[in-house]
Amino acid sequence: MTQSAVRPTPASPTPPGGHLLEVRDLHVEFRTHEGVARVINGVSYHLDAGETLAVLGESGSGKSVTAQAIMGILDTPPAHVRSGQILYRGRDLLTQSEEQRRQVRGKEIAMIFQDALSALNPVFPVGWQIGETLRQRQGMSKADARRRAVELMDLVKIPAAAKRLGDYPHQFSGGMRQRVMIAMALALDPKVLIADEPTTALDVTVQAQIMDLLADLRRDLDMAMILITHDLGVVAGVADRIAVMYAGRIVEHADVRSLYRSPAHPYTKGLLESIPRLDVRGQALSTIKGLPPNLMRIPSGCPFHPRCPYVQQVCVDVVPHDLVLGDGRTSACHFAQEVRDDSAR
Amino acid sequence: MFRYILRRLLQMVLAFFGTTLIVYALMFAGQGDPIQALAGERPVTAAQRAYLTEKYHLDATGVGGFFYRYFDYVKSLLQGDLGQSLTGRQIGDILQAAWPVTVKLALIALAVAIIFGVTAGVIAGIRRASIFDNSTLVLTLLVLGIPTIVLAPLAQYFLGVKWQLFPPTAGSEPTFYALLLPGIVLGSLSLATALRLTRTSVAENMRADYVRTARSKGLVKRRIVSVHVLRNSLIPVVTFLGVELGNLMSGAIITEGVFNIPGVGFNLFRGIRTEDGPLVVGIVSVLVVVYLVSNLVVDVLYAVLDPRIRYE
Repeated sequence: MTQSAVRPTPASPTPPGGHLLEVRDLHVEFRTHEGVARVINGVSYHLDAGETLAVLGESGSGKSVTAQAIMGILDTPPAHVRSGQILYRGRDLLTQSEEQRRQVRGKEIAMIFQDALSALNPVFPVGWQIGETLRQRQGMSKADARRRAVELMDLVKIPAAAKRLGDYPHQFSGGMRQRVMIAMALALDPKVLIADEPTTALDVTVQAQIMDLLADLRRDLDMAMILITHDLGVVAGVADRIAVMYAGRIVEHADVRSLYRSPAHPYTKGLLESIPRLDVRGQALSTIKGLPPNLMRIPSGCPFHPRCPYVQQVCVDVVPHDLVLGDGRTSACHFAQEVRDDSAR
Repeated sequence: MFRYILRRLLQMVLAFFGTTLIVYALMFAGQGDPIQALAGERPVTAAQRAYLTEKYHLDATGVGGFFYRYFDYVKSLLQGDLGQSLTGRQIGDILQAAWPVTVKLALIALAVAIIFGVTAGVIAGIRRASIFDNSTLVLTLLVLGIPTIVLAPLAQYFLGVKWQLFPPTAGSEPTFYALLLPGIVLGSLSLATALRLTRTSVAENMRADYVRTARSKGLVKRRIVSVHVLRNSLIPVVTFLGVELGNLMSGAIITEGVFNIPGVGFNLFRGIRTEDGPLVVGIVSVLVVVYLVSNLVVDVLYAVLDPRIRYE
């Protein structure tokens, strides 16, 4: 497995102190017949070499769209990147040509998707699909690509990899299929792996196996990882930092420990309180009242205000900016301090 | 797979006997005097009548007699003898002469459908809602809306008679060129259907999740479309074209009639018009086999094209 053991990435050589990957004030909208949906409204986050960033949020919060904007695989139309920057090693991907961006895909930044059954092509054997990347991108011969595909399948711990090379996606179990997906993403030794809800379609036990595998691979191959999920349980053991998204914005951004200990945004607090606890018996599960906003009519001021227990007039009128609370945490809430203090109690 | 094919072949035997029985019954049930029909306008002597009654077991009457004659017919059919037409020619010989013409015509029609229909369908599917897509929609609806009985004479009149670009009729030994116009007319319907089907299939597959995956692998767009999308999109199209070839091989009664092409459909039509019972039953029996076999081939092909399909 010498080929897969990549050397540690040199800490971003381009701008001093720059991040490996940085999204700056990204705005994306979907132009449909019914109107314009503002899906991403000023998202900023960054990723450094060797770390794992979890992007948390419910369906429609824009976490996947941000990832697809990074990959440059948004369907345009209807999606349009309105403004913002996506810096990879200091260069803005959004200003690059399609050909330059294509070179980045898979080789620098790779992505795995939620539902491996539909994400894999149903009519080609998995070995062929893994090898295709190598043949097309690196001009590898058929035989070499096959050999390397077996190595990659071994790497993601698919039993009897050599025998299963010719099998089709539908012949694999859900967990094994996701492993195939991961093997395919790793083919070109990417520096950044974006995992878009990689375990959502899987059984709970298999979820844990896939998360462990991803964590191990991230460490062994020295990649950085963006883990997109709506499952708070999945995040805790794997991520270094968490960015919580709501209505196309990052509402809270913190390291895992402090976020779990004392969330500083009412939305995060609501999410954490809605997790059933093993140590408290017979307690009614708390929920966040209301529904996620319609992205064509995002509420004024703070988009969370119609559902927020802390709501005041200022929340209806003024869009909250990121409040920096010591130790690098931010929260886009007018009452971030109070919320955090409440949570800490 | 083997067991599946075996089961299908057994079903085909049943279907074959069922259809021939029905056609045989329909063709002979309504006939007044088969011996007079055989003789046509000429008078029949008593001795001839007695001989033919004996030969064709016409003395047995009612349902029993019908089945008696039907089994007679099937017996000779299974020995490869299709019998004699009322005109006295061997039906086997008639088919031998007619079939190559029909096959040529069918292949021209199919080629037209593939070359123009599938290609235009792929382009329309990739450029959904473009001018090209919308104009093919209008054109195909137009073609699908005009029946062949109208389209064929129109094409014959304008392209054949008025502008003289093609020979208006084919004649007894038709050349490729003479079959071209009828082939295009015959294929236009398959073309329109193939185009719509391909367009829908491609458009649907362009939005599939695996296309997003292929893009995230950094493949060039041409490869994503020509390998990933096309391979999936063509599954229903190939299936359709297979069934369509079976249909076309069974002869095109209207097109062959209008352009005077001595193919299978032409002979079948003549048989029906002249109440030539043996000829109609003979041709239909063979057509049933062609149709059943082509359907089986299509079903097997479907499993080859789509690995998710398994026949038990």
